[in-house]
Amino acid sequence: MKKELVELKINGRRHELAIEPSKLLLDVLRQDLDLTGSKRGCDDSSCGACTVLVDGVPMMSCTLLAASCEGQEVTTVEGVAEHGALAAIQRAYGDWGGAQCGYCTPGFMMTVKALLAANPDPTEDEIRYALSGNLCRCTGYSQMYEAVRAAIQAEQKGREQGVGSRNPS
Amino acid sequence: MSDFSIIGKRIAMVDAAGKTTGAGKYTDDLTLPGMLIGKILHSPYPHARIKRIDASRALALEGVVAVVTGQDAPNKYGILPVGHDETALAVDRVRYVGDNVACVAAVDETTAEKALELIEVEYEPLPAYFDPEESMKAERDLIHENRPHNLEKDYHHVFGDPEKGFAEADCIRESRYIANEVTHAAMEPHSTLAAFELDPYSGALGRLTVWSSTQVPYYLQHKLSLVLEMPMSQIRVIKPLVGGGFGGKSEVIPLEIIAAVAARAAKAPVKITYTREEVFWAHRGRPRTIMDMKIGAKRDGRLTAVAARVVQDGGAYCSYGVVTILYSGALLGAIYDILNVRWDGYRVLTNKPACGAMRGHGTVNVRFAFESQLDEIAAEIALDPAEIRRINLLQPPCITVNNLRVTSYGLPECIEKVVERSGWRERRGKLPRGRGLGIGCSHYVSGAANSIIRSDMPHSTVNIKIDRDGGVVVYTGASEIGQGSDTMTAQIAAEVLGCTLQRVKIVAADTDLTPIDIGSYSSRVTFMAGNATLRAAEEVKKQIASAAARKMNCVPEDLVFRDDLVFKRGSSVSSVPSGVDSVVAGRVEGQILRGSLQQKRKEEVPKDWMTFEEAVVAAIDFHGALTGTGSYAPPPESRGGSFKGAGVGPSPSYSYSAQVADVSVDEETGEVTVHKVWAAHDCGRALNPVAVEGQIIGSVWMGLGQALEEEMVWKDGLLMNPGLLEYRSPSAVESPEIEPIIVESIDPEGPFGAKECSEGSLAATIPAIANAIYDAVGIRLREVPFTPERVLAAIRARDAAAKKLDLTEGVDPTAPTRFREHGGALWFRGKGPKRHELDPARRAEQLAGGDD
Repeated sequence: MKKELVELKINGRRHELAIEPSKLLLDVLRQDLDLTGSKRGCDDSSCGACTVLVDGVPMMSCTLLAASCEGQEVTTVEGVAEHGALAAIQRAYGDWGGAQCGYCTPGFMMTVKALLAANPDPTEDEIRYALSGNLCRCTGYSQMYEAVRAAIQAEQKGREQGVGSRNPS
Repeated sequence: MSDFSIIGKRIAMVDAAGKTTGAGKYTDDLTLPGMLIGKILHSPYPHARIKRIDASRALALEGVVAVVTGQDAPNKYGILPVGHDETALAVDRVRYVGDNVACVAAVDETTAEKALELIEVEYEPLPAYFDPEESMKAERDLIHENRPHNLEKDYHHVFGDPEKGFAEADCIRESRYIANEVTHAAMEPHSTLAAFELDPYSGALGRLTVWSSTQVPYYLQHKLSLVLEMPMSQIRVIKPLVGGGFGGKSEVIPLEIIAAVAARAAKAPVKITYTREEVFWAHRGRPRTIMDMKIGAKRDGRLTAVAARVVQDGGAYCSYGVVTILYSGALLGAIYDILNVRWDGYRVLTNKPACGAMRGHGTVNVRFAFESQLDEIAAEIALDPAEIRRINLLQPPCITVNNLRVTSYGLPECIEKVVERSGWRERRGKLPRGRGLGIGCSHYVSGAANSIIRSDMPHSTVNIKIDRDGGVVVYTGASEIGQGSDTMTAQIAAEVLGCTLQRVKIVAADTDLTPIDIGSYSSRVTFMAGNATLRAAEEVKKQIASAAARKMNCVPEDLVFRDDLVFKRGSSVSSVPSGVDSVVAGRVEGQILRGSLQQKRKEEVPKDWMTFEEAVVAAIDFHGALTGTGSYAPPPESRGGSFKGAGVGPSPSYSYSAQVADVSVDEETGEVTVHKVWAAHDCGRALNPVAVEGQIIGSVWMGLGQALEEEMVWKDGLLMNPGLLEYRSPSAVESPEIEPIIVESIDPEGPFGAKECSEGSLAATIPAIANAIYDAVGIRLREVPFTPERVLAAIRARDAAAKKLDLTEGVDPTAPTRFREHGGALWFRGKGPKRHELDPARRAEQLAGGDD
């Protein structure tokens, strides 16, 4: 298939790429941009290891045409860390055992990021529901809930401190 | 001050950041310049002779560099020395749908896939065998010519006097249990990248480097050497991050050999990554198992004898089969004190993907049957199910009837803890209809005492090197597959050396760099690689201590290594700095300044303490390089008996589990909901409670999947559900709360008393759920998984039985087994109760002239 020029915005950076129009976003990320954080665990959107955010919405990049994301903001797991330091959720997943083999973890990072962006203080049921599109074979999910709750607490604490520093009282 | 500064602390995995940021590299994330993509052609027939393969059209396609077939690598291999029956690519025969026929190496995936369609293969289909009981009767068209009746192996063990035991029993139960086939479905599909070095002048092939998603890099190196006819020293196997194994990567998988063979033919690096469907074909999971179980007990609950006939549907190759079937016998009764055991095991070949090792290897299905039947016996003699287990506990230290040495035994405490936490005594039997509690127990090895390839070689060896600035590098062959092997190694090294965890760097699983370790399987890493690390660290510590003691004018035995300091035992607390931060040396950046500060401290008079770094410098100045080696081999007394098949089962130590499941059963839909599982596990000592709890929860969760949903469904050798949507495992929404309870029996031989924690729990979950279902609605399910269909069928059978219909009345004993099992024998040759006059089937019988 003949290649076409496509412009993608990924993790805040603009990339001009010559790709086949049939090429999947996951393949473009992994093969053309060497962003190998997004994983391929299945080929049919059943596992969620390839989850990325497209304009803030979690999407499975293994069944998404790269060309269809032109003009949209794509965020991958490589774009979650803040200034090179782990984001609260990344730290919490490490501390609470939310990641074992780690293969599904990038997908969970994106799903949780989207969840917390939309709902900063979700209930347990809301967390479970949000995570149910991502499959993990190691953890049994329990420690992930603890990690998500720890991340929420860390975020809240961080916000309070942030507010405090701006308004010293 | 607690006993340990790093052991027993909740510590994040040392490699966690690489996983949460996506920076960590798994095999499929790697690329090499000029790398080709390999794609495999699979067999569409379950059993066929290959008459002809013509790859000329594929080779002519632009972008295709090489096509390889079985003729390119005909040497047979297999994980077990007794089971060398595989070739990575079929040589003249395919044995299951999905068997590997040819491989294309091309510039990209699309081209390789296109080329696969151009390969012409002519097959001559042969009769195929799918059912193990049928397969055992086979006389011709055998799956392997040297395996009569398609029987891979059968064993018959008798310990004590089972006949006498059953004669003494007041209560005997006998029934058939079936556990269907499940697979690991690790999140990372298998992937291998193979590259040969080429001589720049002649273009001749040189050393081979293989990056692979494997649990056993050293076995891979060994088998590659066998197939490629290259010396092992010419092969380097590197294990990058592995995205889960559960046993599915604990042997050499065809793609690992195929990638190397293709790279050899193409003279270019070749990467093969399985699609999810191919992962299901590669399989090596838990076999479908048919178990005829018989247990006898006294009225007081003492078990007098157990007998089991176990048939495993092993698939087309031996794989780990001989070990799997032996585990089903070795660990059958050894958890309790049972003196009379009879066990007959049959590992049968069928035309399906080979089964192998999966979490809880060989023990899971028999545990389901045993623990379920134990519950039936408890019900019959009106004993609390927890109590009957307590009555039959072993009295350790002891040796079981089948020669397993039991040292630490935390099962009594496990049972006590789950009974207490679950409110067993208060709640059981008092829950509303449809809700129930059930208990199950299990045990597992902490590594096999006898390695696969019998030798006197240590099972694990670890090297440690310490740099002049106090950086500790541990070289270990142990394979991190997500279970926390690297973290465990770092913790043990840091604890022994008394330094911070941050000083320790792990170099693991690279056959060029790391000493031999037989791999991550049979839950052996903490016990064996942990002990090797402990010994290596002790050796280095001895060298540091002797140098530091000279500086401090004391004997080495008087020194304590802790919190990044080396100090004299009993030195006053005030003279020892509380934290390293207060120490100048080693904290100042820049080598020159650091050197001069160290020099200043060196010149000072003898002192009560030194920093770890100062002690290391003293040791290097005194000894030269600072390195140490430690290795571990299981003690001879743990290696078991001498009867045929005694090699499997012995372990230096066993873990124990007890679980209570709280479930409800919807009698209208047959749906089983697990609300909570209390899981107590005796792991010896929890080196890192976060990791231990993660392993317990993960095991229980995987057991829950097998109990309720997971099942490979076959139709004429074709897998009906080769995808993660169809092969269902519990999602975040369906997963119950699992409360891990750590029981520490402090094993006398484990590193810091630790033993296995990542497999043993799985086996207790399935019977705990089965027994809870019985408690909830009074149905005894004897086939896993407990899908709504099976639950509903059992509920209907229960209701029918309540109507006083005696299903065994009039059964013709000469009727085929198949009829008897399904109750169809009632009508076999017209015997059995009469149908209702209005039953349409009766009218059909009459019309057919049936016996009315």
